[in-house]
Amino acid sequence: MTEPLVIDREGVDALISALIERGYEVVGPTVRSQTILYDTITSTADLPVGIRDRQEAGTYRLEDRGDDALFGYVVGPQSWKQFLTPSGTVFWKGLRTEGGFETVEPEEPPSYAFFGARPCEVAAMKIQDDVYLPVEDGIYTERRRKSFTVAVNCTEPAATCFCASVGTGPDVTEGFDIALTEVLGADHHYFLAEAGTDRGTEVLGSLVARGARDEEVVTARRLVVHAADHMGRTLETDGLQELLYANLSNPYWDEIAERCLSCTNCTMVCPTCFCSTVEDRQSLDGSGAERVRNWDSCFTLDFSYIHGGPVRSSSSARYRQWLTHKLASWQDQFDSLGCVGCGRCISWCPVGIDITKEAAVIRERDVRRVAVGTPAVKEAVE
Amino acid sequence: MSTQLLAEPAVRPMHPVPCRVRSVARELDDTFTLDIEPPGDGWEFAPGQFTMLYAFGVGEVPISISGDPNDPSRLVQTIRAVGAVTDALTTVSPGDTIGVRGPYGSAWPTGVAEGGDLLIITGGIGLAPLRPAILEVLENRDRYDNVTLLYGARSPGELLFADELQEWRGRFDLDVLITVDHGDKVWRGPVGVVTSLISRASFDPESAVAFVCGPEIMMRFTIQDLERKGITDDRLYVSMERNMKCGIGLCGHCQMGRYFVCKDGPILSCAEMSGTFWTREV
Amino acid sequence: MSEVFDLIVGHPFFAGMTHDQIKIVAETGELVSYHEGQTIFSEGTDAVGPLLILSGDVALELQTPGHGPQVILTLHSGDFLGWSWLYPPYRWTYDAHVHSNAEAIRFDGPRLKEASEVDPALGYELMKRFTEMLVNRMQSIRIQLLDVYSTPR
Repeated sequence: MTEPLVIDREGVDALISALIERGYEVVGPTVRSQTILYDTITSTADLPVGIRDRQEAGTYRLEDRGDDALFGYVVGPQSWKQFLTPSGTVFWKGLRTEGGFETVEPEEPPSYAFFGARPCEVAAMKIQDDVYLPVEDGIYTERRRKSFTVAVNCTEPAATCFCASVGTGPDVTEGFDIALTEVLGADHHYFLAEAGTDRGTEVLGSLVARGARDEEVVTARRLVVHAADHMGRTLETDGLQELLYANLSNPYWDEIAERCLSCTNCTMVCPTCFCSTVEDRQSLDGSGAERVRNWDSCFTLDFSYIHGGPVRSSSSARYRQWLTHKLASWQDQFDSLGCVGCGRCISWCPVGIDITKEAAVIRERDVRRVAVGTPAVKEAVE
Repeated sequence: MSTQLLAEPAVRPMHPVPCRVRSVARELDDTFTLDIEPPGDGWEFAPGQFTMLYAFGVGEVPISISGDPNDPSRLVQTIRAVGAVTDALTTVSPGDTIGVRGPYGSAWPTGVAEGGDLLIITGGIGLAPLRPAILEVLENRDRYDNVTLLYGARSPGELLFADELQEWRGRFDLDVLITVDHGDKVWRGPVGVVTSLISRASFDPESAVAFVCGPEIMMRFTIQDLERKGITDDRLYVSMERNMKCGIGLCGHCQMGRYFVCKDGPILSCAEMSGTFWTREV
Repeated sequence: MSEVFDLIVGHPFFAGMTHDQIKIVAETGELVSYHEGQTIFSEGTDAVGPLLILSGDVALELQTPGHGPQVILTLHSGDFLGWSWLYPPYRWTYDAHVHSNAEAIRFDGPRLKEASEVDPALGYELMKRFTEMLVNRMQSIRIQLLDVYSTPR
């Protein structure tokens, strides 16, 4: 990273303009339907100024902070995957010809600048890179190549956040072009701005900015450390993969299933969930066809359908699939944990199922223990 | 950071390649074999691999390649008509075009079986993905000791590749035992499950390798029987099947525990699958 | 008798039994042979005792009106044929029809049972083995019932 600079709110506006000038469609957080949603922004006035989010299991509310913070909230139900791998994308178009059919070249996707990406989201994009980049799917790869990321380090985690447990925040260390840290006090309001790439350096260089003073850097860093120490939740990751692999037949999955509605919210809001399906369409006269990629979820009965029925017909098996994939098998598949600790699945689950709690209960009720609840055994494991 | 990683994409793995169908042969009431002209100079594939076949405007399905791996000028695939897409694929006419993507997936490890006995156990349409392995083995017959094919079908009228089975039965270097679940008035052969043929096969359980393919229940019971006979799970290979929408590890549908059946499979050893194969609804 | 003993002493079914025990079983057995097309026993007739098939193929068939004989299962060298001799009413529940020339050992059911009453240890050894075969047979028939190769629609 380059030497940190300091800009003010006007500087942030200038940053947004600089990105627009360079041909990016700048998308960032806005308030709509009492929720923070990502949309096109043209200035800081479009941001959720002075807004804070209150999140808990099954709960999401916005409230007034009473100040002018531009980034005084964390994450809403959306993640950047809606831009990088949007549901409904036509990835192939064909036209019938004499000899059969031919492919119609797809349109160029837009260049996005993700403005206000949280460290957990930046980590999630890196994780999705590991899924998509090796395969060149023609959707994600195009958009990712053209995207610019302005990250915002977190200084006030929500009660549902646990990025510190999984090592993805509350600040970014890689995967961004520019990182901002907002420092708001009674008599000051500035943004530490750091570049993570040459592109970022170039853009920052075009702004009116000064080098950060030592105490400004220290203050910004301290806010981040404070955030790390005040996470709403923790996920115990020690031996997590072995724990889950060993507990596939634990009766506790059935208990979770009694609460889980298989509504698929968690997979929709999760920034790393990548499962998709393909829809085939044909023009009315049969001359043209399209193949469309839509988001899908392992919670649906259709998802694992073969030979007249689903492989995972019980909701217990489907919840187990989601959790064990996210926290265990993902590690074998992509060499990292699938979860970035953003807490969205906890807030947006209509019945408030909490991934950190469920993992903890399975740890408590680990079937590998000789006698569940024996004081001696409990001590030894703790 | 993100730009530096990516080069300009040269291939589009999700685009179906249009290929001409040379012929459509009916094998059974609902099972057909398509002979497809592969694109380019030849389509190299390994026994056990599959392609995603596309019926224009209708959809795509994963279909095992059932042809001869020694002949890359032909892409031969056997399809059972069980839904909209397979219905469309099996009602094409010679000269029609379908979309092909692949070949995908892992292969039957014929190399592992060299120097010892090979037991091939299959049922129903499971014979189709094993046919390329059988052909490859027969092409290099001297590399193996005893080679046995055990095949089970629903009834005598539902024996797949019946003519070829007859031909193989006539060979002196291949043991072929066939059984059906239900006999008919003229069937004089064995009646009963395919596992009942295992005790009549010649193999050294200490070193033999087995390839098993068929409905999952049949595979489960077969593996139990083979393990009871002494074949350890690192020498037992099965071909798994799961819902697939992409065939290249993106859509997530084919996951079975940590494995993507499309790229880690479809051929997997029982040793690899020990945690998942025996767990319900994984 | 000693011929029967020689034929069965190495048979996997009797593995783990003592030679004395196997001798007692062999004493109740006699070598029989059947030619292709012959019926070993018919449904409804007295079930005298089990047969151990040494060679050839035997089909278990049920006569159904309108369909003629339907083969449920075929048995081959090494398989035991028949359970109905174990329990009342001691009647065969299917036809055993020879599909290719067969050699077998026919055991005397009542004598086997008498020997087991006298020597319960022998009886237990036989029961263990017969029930294991029955269980395996039932597993196989369950799979046949499931019709696993049929088309799902």
